[in-house]
Amino acid sequence: MAIYEGRTGDWGIVVGLEVHAQITSASKLFSGSSAAFGAEANTQVSMVDSAMPGMLPVCNAYCIEQALRTGLALGAQINLRSVFARKNYFYADLPQGYQISQYDQPIVGEGAIEVDLPDGSTKTIRIERLHVEQDAGKSLHDQHPTKTYIDLNRSGVALMEIVSKPDIRSPEEAAAYVKKLRTILRYVGTCDGNMEEGSMRCDINVSVRRPDAEFGTRCEIKNVNSVRHVFQVIEFEARRQIALIEDGGEVVQETRLWDTKKGETRAMRSKENAHDYRYFPDPDLPPLMLSEGFVENIRKSLPELPDAKKQRFMADYGLSAYDATILISEQARADFYEELAKGRDFKLCANWFITELLGALNKSGKDIGDSPISADQLGDLVDLMSNDTISGRIAKDVFALMLETGKTAGVIVEEKGLRQVTDTGALEAVIDEVMAQQADKVAEYRSGKDKLFGFFVGQVMKASGGKANPGMLNDLLKKKLAP
Amino acid sequence: MPLDHETVTRIARLARIRLTQEVQEKTLPGLNSILGFVEQLSSINTEGVEPMVSASATTLRLREDRVDDGHCRDAVLANAPESFAGFFVVPKVVE
Repeated sequence: MAIYEGRTGDWGIVVGLEVHAQITSASKLFSGSSAAFGAEANTQVSMVDSAMPGMLPVCNAYCIEQALRTGLALGAQINLRSVFARKNYFYADLPQGYQISQYDQPIVGEGAIEVDLPDGSTKTIRIERLHVEQDAGKSLHDQHPTKTYIDLNRSGVALMEIVSKPDIRSPEEAAAYVKKLRTILRYVGTCDGNMEEGSMRCDINVSVRRPDAEFGTRCEIKNVNSVRHVFQVIEFEARRQIALIEDGGEVVQETRLWDTKKGETRAMRSKENAHDYRYFPDPDLPPLMLSEGFVENIRKSLPELPDAKKQRFMADYGLSAYDATILISEQARADFYEELAKGRDFKLCANWFITELLGALNKSGKDIGDSPISADQLGDLVDLMSNDTISGRIAKDVFALMLETGKTAGVIVEEKGLRQVTDTGALEAVIDEVMAQQADKVAEYRSGKDKLFGFFVGQVMKASGGKANPGMLNDLLKKKLAP
Repeated sequence: MPLDHETVTRIARLARIRLTQEVQEKTLPGLNSILGFVEQLSSINTEGVEPMVSASATTLRLREDRVDDGHCRDAVLANAPESFAGFFVVPKVVE
């Protein structure tokens, strides 16, 4: 729970999120137009999507399956009977004049997810509901001084709206919630979670209160489209509401917009359009009825979910919660790790995968799917360390060369002659040489200046080109230096 | 509960219908008479009766997820008062 220090004392925040996730499907929710992103304007629009008179919606079975799959992955209640309703409002990119959504009888009811917080702890955030609805078209306001351009390609694309309970108490928890939700959706393949392309957007409800007091009046901030913005919106909105109340004002329930350029929220201008959606069941669409068997089949087809995978990684591989959380955050990462760890040292593999490979990919803005190094190739490098062919320090150089040249670890070690010196005779020769050069230091050491041992280790390592086996070096050096 | 003028004005605005004062004067008693007629239903006891969503007893028909429509931009834009470069063009609506 985050505490905000105000002029008049401490404040806490209460946050709930409504996440709109585009359902992964080939065609739209109620028409056979393509749901793909990025096509030329209005080329993926049918007479149904453009709301020509007399056109009737026919529901896409796969979109319903996807919603169920998501609901089951959220451990939520599935409603075998649900009803589509019309949500009426007027806007230029909503040709029907209403959005087909679900109101009092959504397809999915209450559930919960465990979110992973930065400090390694977890928190349960409850889900209120999940319903299926249509997306609207897209308005372009910046193409013409007095006109708005409308593209209906997105009109009618299937969305899931996932509504949380007001269980979130800090911007970190909100960010963790969005990330976890995205991870789950990607695992079950129901939404690609691509926030840049708008396949996940959220509306954020924020209110402030004295710690543990009753909830305050909330404001809703619409259409936030990145985890970073979720964080910023909540920070800004909490401060704004606290300042408002402390200055003697009152928070009014309203819809606000996030201005990404100014980094602030502002009230929507059209207050007279205050929500009056006049929901009613859509007469074109009879109730959606599902059988227990159908739902069970989908439940059985679910993959191992992130939380179960995390528990298994901790139990089977002996990993920390922190490492396990990083590894399971993407299915592809988890698969890569499991491939890598097969028959190898689990922790060494986790360290190399997370710190070196993910670190390097992260630096160049890539993810595991773009990795130039395969699990087998990284595995070869780990093997070279495990069988003492190279030291961990040399391995880092080899790894950098692998990234740079695309060569395998074995080839690089041979080419550069990086094999550890494990030959006692050769190592003794290097030690003798160093001791001859540093005769005075040897004398000092032998007269009791123990701290110089580290100095000798460094010198010998340097003289060996970093290739001395550290364990052997220590043993031999100790013997040689002994008076 | 009969409607007042204020409510009629609000409903008209939500429906994007412009009502002159004269038409509104006539609309109010008209709407109230319709509502009064429907109001008779309230006299029936519906305790324990599920709200009816549809007049037919059918359930929702589903179709396969297949792309078999769209790609008819000219037809879609044919009736648009204004279009440009494949977009519908409307008076600026900025929020």
